[in-house]
Amino acid sequence: MKTATTDLPVLKPFRAAPIAPSGLAAPMMLSAGLVAGVAIVFAASLAVAQATGPSARDGAVTILLRWAPLIFQGFLFNLLISVLSMALGTAVGVLFGIGQVSPSAIMRQPSWAATQFFRNAPWLVLLFYAMFLLPFEIRLGPVTIAFPAWVKAIIGLALPVAANVSEIVRGGIRSIPSGQWESAEALAFTRRQTMWMIILPQAVKRMLPPWMNLYAILTMATTLISVVGIQDGLTITRAALVAESRPELMLPMYLLLLLMFFAYCYPIARLTMALERRFNVKG
Amino acid sequence: MIAAFFERLNETQGLNFSIFYDAFDRSRFLTGLWTTTYICVVSILASLAIGLLGVWVAGSNSRLGRLVVRGYVQFFRNTPPLVQLSFFYFAVGGLLPTVSDGFGGQSPLVSGTGWAIIAFSLFAGAFNVEIFRAGIEAVPETMVEAAESLGYTRFQLWRQIVLPLAFRICLPALNNNLVNLVKTTTLAYAIGVPELLYAASQIWSEVFNVREMMNVLLVVYVLLVAVLVWVMHRWERAMRIPGYMP
Amino acid sequence: MAARHELGEPVVVVEGVEKAFGAFVVLKDVGLTIRRGETVCIIGPSGSGKSTLLRCINALVPISKGSITVAGRQVNDPALDKLALRRDVGIVFQQYNLFPHKTALQNVMMAPIHVLKQDPAEVGERARRLLAKVGLSHKHDAYPGELSGGQQQRVAIARSLAMNPKVMLFDEVTAALDPETKKEVLVTIRDLAAEGMTCILVTHEMGFAREVADHVYFTDGGVIVEHAAPAEFFGAPRETRTRAFLEQVL
Repeated sequence: MKTATTDLPVLKPFRAAPIAPSGLAAPMMLSAGLVAGVAIVFAASLAVAQATGPSARDGAVTILLRWAPLIFQGFLFNLLISVLSMALGTAVGVLFGIGQVSPSAIMRQPSWAATQFFRNAPWLVLLFYAMFLLPFEIRLGPVTIAFPAWVKAIIGLALPVAANVSEIVRGGIRSIPSGQWESAEALAFTRRQTMWMIILPQAVKRMLPPWMNLYAILTMATTLISVVGIQDGLTITRAALVAESRPELMLPMYLLLLLMFFAYCYPIARLTMALERRFNVKG
Repeated sequence: MIAAFFERLNETQGLNFSIFYDAFDRSRFLTGLWTTTYICVVSILASLAIGLLGVWVAGSNSRLGRLVVRGYVQFFRNTPPLVQLSFFYFAVGGLLPTVSDGFGGQSPLVSGTGWAIIAFSLFAGAFNVEIFRAGIEAVPETMVEAAESLGYTRFQLWRQIVLPLAFRICLPALNNNLVNLVKTTTLAYAIGVPELLYAASQIWSEVFNVREMMNVLLVVYVLLVAVLVWVMHRWERAMRIPGYMP
Repeated sequence: MAARHELGEPVVVVEGVEKAFGAFVVLKDVGLTIRRGETVCIIGPSGSGKSTLLRCINALVPISKGSITVAGRQVNDPALDKLALRRDVGIVFQQYNLFPHKTALQNVMMAPIHVLKQDPAEVGERARRLLAKVGLSHKHDAYPGELSGGQQQRVAIARSLAMNPKVMLFDEVTAALDPETKKEVLVTIRDLAAEGMTCILVTHEMGFAREVADHVYFTDGGVIVEHAAPAEFFGAPRETRTRAFLEQVL
């Protein structure tokens, strides 16, 4: 006899909401629907711009078509930066995360302090930090490594990513029951072997959803590089608006850029939620 | 005495913390700090209000209302806050009429600071809706059943049982989101709002003390976040129920 | 031990009740009558529909067919004032379901103050008396998380009694308790029954049913297979299904 459900509508609206997730296909279809919704808003704003613009000059659609490929290229550059920062940040973050659970205080405390510091500092300030304080080149004996602005930007964005990855890794490792450590120890594994062969493979599953969530946040944060003078999607959008100086184009232009990001980040968010739910069910 | 110390530090070590001895730089910096604090406090309160309103509409019977809240939440969560801010400041702000400022000039209807507060409140508010919703969903259904069987009305049930429990459950997530909001306020730099980062950049471009100001900035922001975290933890502790782990 | 006191008029009348969750039928043509002051135990294997029946009686679960009358109120009437019904029917759950953010005393006082709008001072006095009655005078200010399962369950009983119900429903209230704390809860219920409270218990405690019940119902597969006074029910069960069940649990 299962505990019967209640008939009062008290919490019904909140419980009715979750969509029956059938695998990962359902959330994908759903995100397509919402992306389409945003696209409709964009199209409406474009239509208004087309109708209200001066008839003697190019229509809003013409101008938008002229600039859209360039803006999209800029957006792709945002994505490139996001992938590279994520790779760098993850590599560094994993080390710091493992450092945070180290039995040695000399490893643990600095890892913890660095993680907390970079996690709580604003991304934009860290980006400024990297842009202004990294040298434009490093000389290692005869080899000179150049640091162009975009490399500095990648490093600047990788700092907060590393700190967040560090926390994710720490949380993931902590979530593995201590019995796993004990049984590995009983089988005479070294600590390093236990970590890499037993604990981390299990923890990866739990770390994946927050890691993907972090990636979506990073992708959105890549627009910050426009503030420090690197040409990205936002820079090009602004430049286009300045070049055309057509105020009625502002809404559709910005909405176009928002739409690009939304179409990329929202499916990631849905996938993250679906994975979270799937892993939760299996414990 | 502090001023004298930092002046000496500049002369002997070349470490120029001008905000500690130069009255003009200090006042600029403090104005920036005040603007940042102001934006933080107003945005936090507004985002909480938006979160409550959103979760209320999301739970209402109106299909349209639920759809609007859903669209709002997903859109603001999944687009860059900087582009949102630009959208509001340049695109929406550009469409609004200007008003006479009383000195013969024209000034925009909503200031840069105003747009920053609007954009950040909407951004953080979208997260708050989800946080509150998750908190309410986490209240065990057995509690609802128990209250119903004692004859509680829907309103009493919400006021006495569901909301007090849901609020405690969502405090940690709320805490996180508000910390994020404080960090996000730096974006106001991009539209020329004289907040902390902007003030600091003005100082370093005139005094050429980028390294010193950078470090001051980092420390100040980490302190600001620490203050918020401390307040929230105090609050969390004050609300903790003995023997109950949500 | 039946009929220790005078039984009054029928308080709960269940007739031809059917309940289905979708295609899954949980109750089929169930009928029973409980008179004022009577203590009734419903026993049967898990999944036989016992808890659903209790939930139907105070309208937590709507019935599909038939009728239920509680203290003169038609429970299946669409125009039923559910809140009024629930003020008359107390229910105690297996998982206690105390409000974790309120102390024991507050848990007992809340509903009379907010639902019945009674005077807080008077309610406070009554709540203290009730907590004393369930043996928890010293735990007024403890939060549910600080109490043992048996203590929580006794607070839950006091909480229901504070509404001055006409009928008390007990849904496997000792199932989640260890043997030691079980006893303190059962004693509380026995005293309550002895005072003349109308009680309906869904329980697996055969010894308790035998000792306290005026009447025992056996359900299996959503139907009432057999019902009788405890001496007869446990001494000479008529149905094979009843005998098989009793052999298993006794």
